[in-house]
Formats: sequence, structure tokens, C-alpha cells
Amino acid sequence: MNESRNTLQKVEAGLPGRRRRETMFKLAGLLATTVGIVFLGVFFADLIAKGSSAFVQTQVRLDVEFDAQVIAPGGEMDIAYADFDGLVRASLRGVFPDVSGRNERRELYRLVSVGAGYQLRDMIVADPNLLGTTQAIWVPAASTVDMYVKGNIDASLDESLRPLSDAQIAWVDALRAAGNLQTQFNSALFSNGDSRDPELAGIRGALMGSFYMLIVTVMLAFPIGVAAAIYLEEFAPRNRWSDLIEVNINNLAAVPSIVFGLLGLAVFINWVALPRSAPLVGGLVLSLLTLPVIIIASRAAIKAVPPSIREAALGLGASQMQVVFHHVLPLALPGMLTGTIIGMSRALGESAPLLMIGMVAFIVDVPGGFSDPATALPVQIYLWADSPERAFAERTSAAIIVLLGFLLVMNLAAVIIRKRMERKW
Amino acid sequence: MARMTESNSSDEQPPSMELDAETEVPTEAAVAANGAQLALAEEQIVDIGETVGNVRCEDPYVVAENVNVFYGDNHAIKDVTLEISKKEVIALIGPSGCGKSTFLRCLNRMNDSIETARVSGDISLGGQDIYSKEFDPVALRARVGMVFQKPNPFPKSIYDNVAYGPRIHGLANDRAELDEIVHNSLERAGLLKEVKDRMDEPGTGLSGGQQQRLCIARTIAVNPEVILMDEPCSALDPIATARIEDLMDELSEDYAIVIVTHSMQQAARVSGRVAYFHLGLLVEVDETDKIFTNPQHKLTEDYITGRIG
Amino acid sequence: MSVAAFYVGRSRSIALVGGPKHGTELHSLPGYYGYFTAIWCLLPALAVLLAWVLLEPRVVVAMVIQGLPAEQQALSPGELDLLINNIQNLAAGDAVSGTVDAVLSDAAQRFLALTALSRRILAILTLGLGGLGAAIAWRRIRPDLRARNRVEQIVLLMLIAASSIAIFTTVGIVLSVLFEAIRFFQQVPVTEFLFGLNWSPQTAIRADQVGSSGSFGAVPLFTGTLLITAIAMFVAVPVGLMTAIYLAEYSSHRVRSIAKPLLEVLAGIPTVVYGFFAALTVAPWVRRTGESLGLEVASESALAAGLVMGIMIIPLVSSLSDDAINAVPSAMRDGALGLGSTRSETMTRVILPAALPGIVGGVLLAVSRAIGETMIVVMAAGLAANLTANPFEAVTTVTVQIVTLLVGDQEFDSAKTLAAFALGLMLFVVTLILNVFGLSVVRKYREQYD
Repeated sequence: MNESRNTLQKVEAGLPGRRRRETMFKLAGLLATTVGIVFLGVFFADLIAKGSSAFVQTQVRLDVEFDAQVIAPGGEMDIAYADFDGLVRASLRGVFPDVSGRNERRELYRLVSVGAGYQLRDMIVADPNLLGTTQAIWVPAASTVDMYVKGNIDASLDESLRPLSDAQIAWVDALRAAGNLQTQFNSALFSNGDSRDPELAGIRGALMGSFYMLIVTVMLAFPIGVAAAIYLEEFAPRNRWSDLIEVNINNLAAVPSIVFGLLGLAVFINWVALPRSAPLVGGLVLSLLTLPVIIIASRAAIKAVPPSIREAALGLGASQMQVVFHHVLPLALPGMLTGTIIGMSRALGESAPLLMIGMVAFIVDVPGGFSDPATALPVQIYLWADSPERAFAERTSAAIIVLLGFLLVMNLAAVIIRKRMERKW
Repeated sequence: MARMTESNSSDEQPPSMELDAETEVPTEAAVAANGAQLALAEEQIVDIGETVGNVRCEDPYVVAENVNVFYGDNHAIKDVTLEISKKEVIALIGPSGCGKSTFLRCLNRMNDSIETARVSGDISLGGQDIYSKEFDPVALRARVGMVFQKPNPFPKSIYDNVAYGPRIHGLANDRAELDEIVHNSLERAGLLKEVKDRMDEPGTGLSGGQQQRLCIARTIAVNPEVILMDEPCSALDPIATARIEDLMDELSEDYAIVIVTHSMQQAARVSGRVAYFHLGLLVEVDETDKIFTNPQHKLTEDYITGRIG
Repeated sequence: MSVAAFYVGRSRSIALVGGPKHGTELHSLPGYYGYFTAIWCLLPALAVLLAWVLLEPRVVVAMVIQGLPAEQQALSPGELDLLINNIQNLAAGDAVSGTVDAVLSDAAQRFLALTALSRRILAILTLGLGGLGAAIAWRRIRPDLRARNRVEQIVLLMLIAASSIAIFTTVGIVLSVLFEAIRFFQQVPVTEFLFGLNWSPQTAIRADQVGSSGSFGAVPLFTGTLLITAIAMFVAVPVGLMTAIYLAEYSSHRVRSIAKPLLEVLAGIPTVVYGFFAALTVAPWVRRTGESLGLEVASESALAAGLVMGIMIIPLVSSLSDDAINAVPSAMRDGALGLGSTRSETMTRVILPAALPGIVGGVLLAVSRAIGETMIVVMAAGLAANLTANPFEAVTTVTVQIVTLLVGDQEFDSAKTLAAFALGLMLFVVTLILNVFGLSVVRKYREQYD
């Protein structure tokens, strides 16, 4: 018994130190868990702080005269060669009549986006009756003005350190005082393709590119992935070939995505001679990339169908194929769909392989088909992130918010499908 | 709970000794008259009544008073009172799910790690309340060791398995002392001869019976006061079981041993007292001989004669 | 058309046995005869269509070239390509650089005519084949035809084909990368590539240019990749592992149900977004912090890229560690706790050693992920091939160089372009070894406790 008491004393002597170590360990764990979550918080806060202002755009109201002399010099409208920029400039001069001198006027003209001229052209094409009238219209301000209005340019800095001159700031302030300057929802962001001018740049082209790519991807990867999963789970004999396929699929899931880009470049573009920068090629590469994800998820879904159902159907004299297509597949479908959506969301966020196959070009037009040159939303983010203008940084964040929004919707859809179709066996 | 108190009050009279089915069970529950069929379990719980036999013992060391355990909404242990003395082997028997393992795990607070588990009542060890705030479960488990149903040696060498406890508790000051503890523990667990030459081999490489003896050696290396054994032989063959039972016999000279077992033969062979649990209630506690030859409670009798279980 | 074939086949099978009431006399259900006919109709036609679409442009171009005057056929392949391009543009009605001469517009006309002809032949051929196939199948339908077995065989073949695509992908990767890499090593010796210390892939535009022959020593890229991977692992492994431990052992159910999905969000953020964050938020912050401590920090430091990459990999490490920890039987945990271990002792002395193989396997997979990560380093790590172990300097990585070498115009025979494939080969081989090893360790470990 003495010995036992002795033991007890030793144990108790060590306890305070051990409790301290326990607490430290627990705190370390808590700290580690917090790191990831705090990062997530900082990341989203930073993103929203940077990007939310890109959803509005500063507009300037101008009284523009659709001068028949300029637009239709010979009586006929000459849209292609008419000087619409001149009309914008004339109305700017009208607002500030006392600005004279070449340089000052040029500075004045820079307040308004080059897109203003195109806007006038589109208006007159849509409604020829405007010819000769004077209209009060809102045109987009230049990105520097936009930045100043959003408070991203410090007027107290020395003139040489900021993109707006003192005179320009004075004009902007005057426009604002007169109520001729306001911020509106930035519809250009969603209706335009890419542009060198931040105030005209939009993500529509990239969105359509991503859309076409995902169509190709889902059309290829879903049926092939499901078919491969069915074969491997239900029909494949357990031999070396199916082992090889199995190992191979697991490895493919972990191969760096850029390697798939190299494959696409060498095979689809160089060898099959498909067009560069096309959503078709992008979709092909992304389907190879997402195939392992879909196969693995589909196999798990098939595995989850209890063998009793198979046995019941086989017992009724159904063929193996009928069992699979009539019983197993419908039951496994929700799981397969979930896996496919997860795979698609991965494909939507993927950019590295797309750089390899030329989807990184500067493309203004919104793509209209599978073989038109296009870019994708993440690649657009990459391109804009490289642009030095402050206004592009803002738009990059906005594009990221849109991208994350899509991913969120896709993942929520996956969760909902899983929750609603979940069966308990 | 209202029904419980009601039936308790009706059970004040000593249980009838007659074996007549009509009168044996307290009167209010005429429904249960047809015997203690488990199909009527719901009614039965109410009518088991207070523990019969003798829950008290001489020189009690571990004392459980009115212990209740809940897993979430499931009332797993109901108002159990039991005393265990310092040098005895007490066997907890009963059908599956009767709460005997749960009760065992209360004695060294292994239920703490189950998030939904809640324990009420008092359990004291040598007069100290083990569920009080100041009582560290770590120190408790050094005093109340445990051997599990399935042998669970750590994936380490045989030596490290036995040395694990002394190391974490700081029981040895140097390597020589540690060697001695390991040596003695293996010796007492009757394993030394078999493993002497392969102390560096992994403990998982031993046979099932050897593994379980290794686990016992691991437990006694910490020099506990009480050893809890949760069906220690259920995964073993008869020969290995016999060795463990012999071992228990030897160990009972130094330690209080509480053993949960499914086998009535085993309980009869190794224990001095037997406690019979049924659906979370402690039905009967008494000397082993008495329980097996002359059970007081109908349920106990049904169990030991093989009608339940 | 094959839909029609389906109905024709089905109705014939029914008609043959004398109406729907006698359906049991058929070997298979009428629908299977329908499928049988449809497959006969569809498959041959589809095969021809695919082959045609793949071959058509080449054949047409070859025929156009045949029709060109002799002196133009003698042009070098590059110039010929340009010419063909012009002809195609002309045919499509786009503006063409240079003057349009009669030969060219003639060729364009021919091109258009040939394409139209080919489309017509294709249409007739596929329709004809489809009809023929359907007719053959229709003839073969008899009550005792084992239609279901035939259809199932074909479906099975299609399933096998689908599952082989994974193999073809790997083979495709290996072949395409290997083929171009071999061409690269014909120009640049393997030893120079693997052991050379100097990386500047600008090859001379003119052969007689001085000092710009380009050097392809990839060691600075390897060290740069390793440096950034090491920084990332330095962040991800302890944080990911401790997160897994905390969530498995200490946190309440509620905390776990919130923290786990949040970490999954971290895993779902596209890498380009991490890259943006690294380049525009973390890198300036690292630079400012470094400067306030009196350190010289490059604006595209390895540290910023590595830190953000580490954050990105945390969820991977933590989920793989979580798997490994949960695979350790709870009996181990009970055994340790039963001996009076604290939770941290249980974890560090029993569970982690037991889970170590699984965790190591997971870390290998994480390393492979870090080495192959592209966007973060492209956006935040820079292009300078510095041979340094200083995390405050700019380094470049294998993936960054692949991207820079391949983005923009390229000719497929310059060493510069081929170098990207050699780097891709290195990347593929190294990550493949890590993956195979990591996956097999993880799987073996899981089986050990099953």
C-alpha cells in the first residue's frame, strides 16, 4: 500500500506541468483553427472593400446635339465615318465655355470615356429620328474621374503624383455641384466584353467563354465519367487492367492542372489542329481534368447503393445490365450529380491549363459559339490583375466576387441535391 | 419518474421467496405476472424495484451512491448504489445493453470523453468524490486502471507499451528504474518468460491472449489501486482465457478488480461477489455462491438459468 | 433517324410474332430490337462522321495546294502555312494582308467549292450508311434473335471505352510531354538542363546575334520551386495538422459543424483568386512589414507566394490528417486515456505515431500540389531566375516558366517553346512519384486498421 501511495505522490507531483502542457496544446489547436478562418474573413473583407465599388460607375450628363452636319453631311447618314467623339467634345465645350487652349481642352475631353462616342452612335442607329435634336444623356466618365469620385484619388497630393490635374478636379467638382455627375449601377460590367479602358471593360465575354466551356465539359465529362464509374464498379473483373485504371484515375486527380494544359496544347491544338483560344478546346481540356473527380464521386455513389437491391433485381431474372440501368443508376444519380457539380465548379475556377491553350488573349468581342476566340472568367481575372490601372484592380475584385458567387451557387446546389435526395438505407 | 417512485414505495416489503409466478413479482404489476419475459421489458423496468441482496461491503473503498447516467435522452444507468472493497474481485453480469459496461466506465470517468454522456450521483474513491471539480481524471485513471474488451496494445514495442504509463506519469527517475518497472509488470502479468527476448518487437505482433496480458501488464505498471476489466476474455480462446483468469486470481491479492463479463462461468470462477444488472438497474448483489445457488430476484434467476440473455 | 430506326425495329419485332399479344414469343423485349436497329443505324454513320470531320481540313488543304502553281508549291512549309491561312481568310470573306492576286482568289474559290462538296458527300455518306445499317439490322430481326444480349454487349463495350479514357489521358500526357521534351534535349543536353545554374531562355532571333544564345540550366527553377514549396509546407503542415487535431479531439460539435465547412470554402476558392490576393494584398504587406523591420524585400517575394500557397493547402492537409487520425481505432485512444494520459499525451504519444504513415502520405500529396500550383506563383512570385534560399527575394518556379514560355506566339521548333515541355516532363514525373507514393502510403495505412 505504501508503494501505491508513493505512486500517487509521484503522479500528483507531475500533474501541474502536464495540465499546463495540455492547455498549451489545446490553445495551439485553437490558434491553428483560427488561422484558416481569420484568413477567410480578411480575404472576404478585403475583396468586398476593393470590389464593391466596381458595381457602380460614374456618369456625366451632357446635352448632346445630334448635329446633322456631322452625322449626315450629305443628307445621308454616314455612321461609320461620322465624328461622334466630336459631338461629345462640342457638348463638353458647351458646359465649360471658358476653357480655351489646346492642352486645356484636351484635358477637358479626357473627363469622359471614349465609350461616349460609341454610345451616341448606337443611339442614332437605334432611332434615326434623333438626328438634329439635342438630348440630355448620361455618358460614362473616364476611369480616372470615376476613381476620384469614389474617393480613390487623393486631391491633396501633389498634382504630378495623381492622374487628374487640378483643373480636371475643379471641373469634376463643378459638374458634381451642378448635379450633372452621378454614380449608377455599372451595367457595362455585365454587358461588355474586355476593353483597354477600365470604364468600358466588362466580363460578359469571359462569362460566355466560361459558359461554352462548361457546356462542352459537362457534355463530355458527365456521360463518360458515369459510364467509366459504372464499368469499374459493376462490370470490371478484378484484374491488373482494372487495378491499373484505378491507380491511374487516382493519380490523374492529383496531376497538376498545368500538365493538362500541356496535353491540350500538344494534342488538341498542335496535332488535331483545333483552333487556338476556342472554348471547344478549353472544354476538352477541362473535361479531362474533371473526369477523375466525377469518376471517383460516381463510384462512391454506386458503392453506396446496398447490394440487397442488386440481389433482389438479379433474383427476379434481370440481366446485370438491366440491374444497373433500372435500379442502381437511378439510386446513385444524386451522388453522381453532386460529384459532377463539384467537378464543374472546379473547372469553372481553373485557369492554368487555359493559359496554355491560348485562352489568355485580349478579346473584345463576346464569343458566340464553341470555336470563337474566347477567354474565361478566371483568366479574365488574371489578365485584369496584371493591369496597372487602379480602376482595373477594382474590377478584378468585382469579377472575383462574381466568380465566387457562381461557385457558391453551384456548391449550394450540390449540397441541396445531396440533402434532398439523400436516402438512409 | 413518477411511476418509478410509486413502484418503489410498493416494494418496501421484502420480496417473496416463493417461486410461484403469481406472487413473486410485486402485486401492482399483475401484467408482468407471466414471468420476466423481455418482451414486457417496459413494464419490467418499473417493477424490478430496489436492489436486493447486499450492496454494502466491509471496508468499502469505491463507493457509488445513486448513480444515474444519461446518453442524451437515453437513461442508461438508473439509480445504482454499490460498494466495492479494497481487495476483492467483483463481477458485473447481465444481458447485453444492461449498463454494466457503462457503470464500469463511470468508475474511472471514461465516459467523460463521450460528448452527450451525463453522470449524476456520487462516486468516491477512498473517500474522495471523483466527480468533484478538483479531482483530475488523469490522476484518477492512474489509480483506477482499465483493461478493455479487445486487446489494444499501442503500435509500439512491447517495452514501450509497458513503459508508456510510468513515462507519462513520471514514475521512474532513470532508465534502470523504468526497466525494473517494466520487468516486474511483465513478470506479474505472467508474460515475461514469453517476451523476454523480444522486448523491441511490436506489441501488435503477439497472439491475442499475450496481447491482453500485455495490456494488463501495461495497466499494473502504473501501480493502480483498482483495475477495471471490460469483458477482458471475450476475444480470446479458452486457453488464453484460463491464463487471464489465473492472473486475476493472483492480482486480486493487491488490487480491487471489477470485471464485466458475459460468461457466468467466468464470474463464478474468478469473483467473490457478483452484481447483476438489468436494463440499467442493479437488480441483485451478493456473494458469488449465493447468487448462483440461491438468487433472490426472479430476474437474476432467469438470467443464470439461461432464460434471459 | 436512329430514333426512327428504333421504332421501326421495335414494330417489326412485334409484327413478326403477330402483334403485341404474342410478345412473349420474342427472345427479348421489343424495345431491345428497337435499340438494336438504332445502334446499327447510328454507330457506323457516327464513326464515319467523326473521321471525316477530323480528316477533311487536311485533305481539302492538300487538294488546294495541288491546284496551286508550281512555284508556290515549292515554298517552304512556313510560307505555305501563311499562304493557306490567307486563302482561308479570303474564303471566309475576311480582310487579307497584302494584295489579292488572281491565283489566290482562284485558290480561295477552289477551297470553298471543295469544302461545300465535302459537306455534301459527308451528308450523303452518313445518311446512306445510317439507312444501310438500319436495313441490315431490320433484316436480321427474328423472334429468336438475342437482341438484348447484343445491345448489352455493345453498351458494355462503350462502358469499357469510357473507362479507358483515363488511361488514354495519361498516355496522352506522357507521350505529348515526352515527345517534345526529347526534341528539346536534342538541342540542349540533358545534363545542362538538369545541372546548369543559369536560366535565360531568350534565344537569338538572328543566328549571328551575340550573347543571346539562351541558356537552359533549370537548377534556379528547381530551387525556386522548392523554396516556395518549403514555405508553403511550413505554414500548411503545422496549421493543418493542429486544426485537424483540434477539430477531432477538443472542439464541441457546434464548433466543428461551423469550422469544417468554412475550411472547405478555403479549399474551393480558385487559385487565380489566391494569386490576386497574394500579389495585391499579401505581397505589399510582406514588403511593408519587412521594410519596417529593416529588411530588404522584393516586391514579388517568395515569402508572399509561399504564405498564400500555404493557406491554400491548409484544408488539404487538415482533411487528410483528419482521415488519418480517425482511422486510428478508438481502442488506442481508450487505452491511453485509461492509463491516465491527458488528451494531448494521448494525441502526441499514441495516436499521432500510429497515424504517422497516413499523415506523411497526406503531406506528400500536399507537396505535390504545391509543386504543381501555377496561378499563385505566376501572379505573385515573379520571373527572375535567382539561385537563392532567401525568402525575401524574388524567385521563379517551374510552373511560372512553363506559362511564360508558352503564353503568346510560339513556334513549335524553337528551344524556348520545347523547354516548356521539358519542364512539364520534370513536373509530371516528380508529382507522379509523389502522388503514387503518397496515395499508396495512405491506402496501405487505411487497410492496416480496417
